[in-house]
Amino acid sequence: MNLHRFANPARFLRIARVVAPVAGWIAFAALLAGAAFGLVLSPPDYQQSETVRIMYVHVPSAWLALQTYVAMAIAAAVALVWKHPLADLFVKAAAPVGAGFTLLCLVSGSFWGRPTWGAWWVWDARLTSMLVLFFLYVGYIALSGAFDDEERGRRAGTVLVLTGIVDVPIVKFSVEWWNTLHQPASVFRLGGPTIAAEMLWPLGLMVVGFTAFFVWIVCVRLETELLTRKLRARLENSPG
Amino acid sequence: MTRKRRRLYTLLLAMTGLGVATALVLAAFQDELVFFYSPTDIAANKPAPGRAIRLGGMVEAGSVQKLPDGVTLFRVTDGVAGRPGRTVAVTYRGALPDLFREGQGVVAEGRLSGDGNFDARTILAKHDERYMPPEIARSMRQADGEQQHATGTLAK
Repeated sequence: MNLHRFANPARFLRIARVVAPVAGWIAFAALLAGAAFGLVLSPPDYQQSETVRIMYVHVPSAWLALQTYVAMAIAAAVALVWKHPLADLFVKAAAPVGAGFTLLCLVSGSFWGRPTWGAWWVWDARLTSMLVLFFLYVGYIALSGAFDDEERGRRAGTVLVLTGIVDVPIVKFSVEWWNTLHQPASVFRLGGPTIAAEMLWPLGLMVVGFTAFFVWIVCVRLETELLTRKLRARLENSPG
Repeated sequence: MTRKRRRLYTLLLAMTGLGVATALVLAAFQDELVFFYSPTDIAANKPAPGRAIRLGGMVEAGSVQKLPDGVTLFRVTDGVAGRPGRTVAVTYRGALPDLFREGQGVVAEGRLSGDGNFDARTILAKHDERYMPPEIARSMRQADGEQQHATGTLAK
């Protein structure tokens, strides 16, 4: 009865075995080059001088924190409506990665805020909504693991992820809707980026690196989960 | 209607409701969600003297005075180049953040005194969304004749 559920995961495993190592190597190369150019070879900023290098970690982690959440919400919708077996697993596999990106964004932002703004933390709309995003990730991890019945835990977590999606546009547009201490967007804005080209492309390299890292780690986590399930099913079905 | 279809419509309905509810809540709390008030907001709303508020805007060019006893006087303006705005005079005692500069953004935490002066307890520097190497900034300043350049596209 459950057999059709493994049809897609089997195909996924075949694809993942190709995609994961490719993504892993792209991540390694892009992060290495991005770090070299971003942290050492790129020019300092005219206002912030060397402090601007925190951007090369802060901005990619912030973007990936948001993108991971959007991907999780789409997967959660697919899981809820179409009951696709991989969608649930994807949400579970991506959550700790997204939480990690969000934490990295908050911590690096704090280290950046102290020398530039003069404060480790302020309760403006951008920072607060990003902290809420972190709580959403952590909340999902806690809630989905809080039930004895795995299925019920996943269903509750799915609903939480879908509800929390309202925070994503708030994070993105907080700097435009309200006045905040955080400056407005520099890259994805009307009229083009306001970052000089020699700073923008190391940033692009870091974004490629972070994204490839995400693909790699989620593939590995999904593979592990699927193989664990297969193993458990085989142990339960084996006689004796 | 299949069960999948029904679940899809339920989800869409729930998400729409959630979105509308969030938009209404955010609109209702609009005034509480801002991090600071501009000099124009303060002139319009006249917050009670002694109430803790944040004042934000640009440090007016040529307004910074550093007194020998560690007190800094400056004016915060919400005027942009070519369009004068309102200003509020600020008094602050203490160390200033590195990015505190004339013509740059600033947020001051403190209270209004009776005479319309702002007594700041904390000064936060606010920087804009432009990033560039010092050489480019220098050549842009020269090209603009020492004028603040308008925000534009730097990267092609």
